[in-house]
Amino acid sequence: MADPMKIRANVVGDSTEVKVLINHEMETGLRKDAQGAVIPAWFIQSVTVTYGGKTVLAAQWGPAVAKNPFLSFKFKGGVKGEKVTITWVDNRGDKRTDEATIA
Amino acid sequence: MNRKRRNVLKTGSGVTLLSLLGGAGFLLPHAAQAQAWNKAAFDTQNLADTMKALGGGEPAQSKDIVFFQTPDIAENGAVVPVGISSNIPKTESIAILIEKNPNMLAASFDIPAGTDPTISTRVKMGQSSNIVALVKADGKYYVAAKEVKVTLGGCGG
Repeated sequence: MADPMKIRANVVGDSTEVKVLINHEMETGLRKDAQGAVIPAWFIQSVTVTYGGKTVLAAQWGPAVAKNPFLSFKFKGGVKGEKVTITWVDNRGDKRTDEATIA
Repeated sequence: MNRKRRNVLKTGSGVTLLSLLGGAGFLLPHAAQAQAWNKAAFDTQNLADTMKALGGGEPAQSKDIVFFQTPDIAENGAVVPVGISSNIPKTESIAILIEKNPNMLAASFDIPAGTDPTISTRVKMGQSSNIVALVKADGKYYVAAKEVKVTLGGCGG
């Protein structure tokens, strides 16, 4: 199973700023190993961020997103102490969900 | 270390677990409903094809799309920070396209109402190229481009 995400969610003015660092190889499927065999593609395809039961950001990614992806965005509202939930799914069907408390 | 064997083992066990879960009906219903990954759009190699796969027409150039945190020269193509902010009202989605990558579309973000049309992430670039920001607002598409020079490529190898 994949390592946990690092999530920071902070209230900035009337918005909540979310910063996420995901642990993932993000293999493109174009690279070759030392024997010349193609390393199969392995990357996150979708990322969903929800707050209070509502989706605040939905992303679709291709293999061109960098290894151990970073993502930052802001949404209106967000109350200190409430939780932001982030889920990703990769092309092998592997998934992980983590949540963070808004500070 | 036999890396290939390790990969096979890893892949194999993942598939088995998934099929077991699926067969037993353990997969959460909302995961099944989540928007399917748009394979056609991620396979395209130029802007016209990407637009076709996304179901849009010819995008209009816009000065209301701003790049931030995006370097003019990236030393390492494997990690290029990209920040895109759209000042177009009713922005629905922001996509990042890299002109000279093997597949142009790198990422696309759906922006629901209440979320700032500003996102920042990191992408890979195979070589110096234009980064194209494609914004969908009120059903129309807008583009802006920024050239980024890469001194060390991040794709292939």
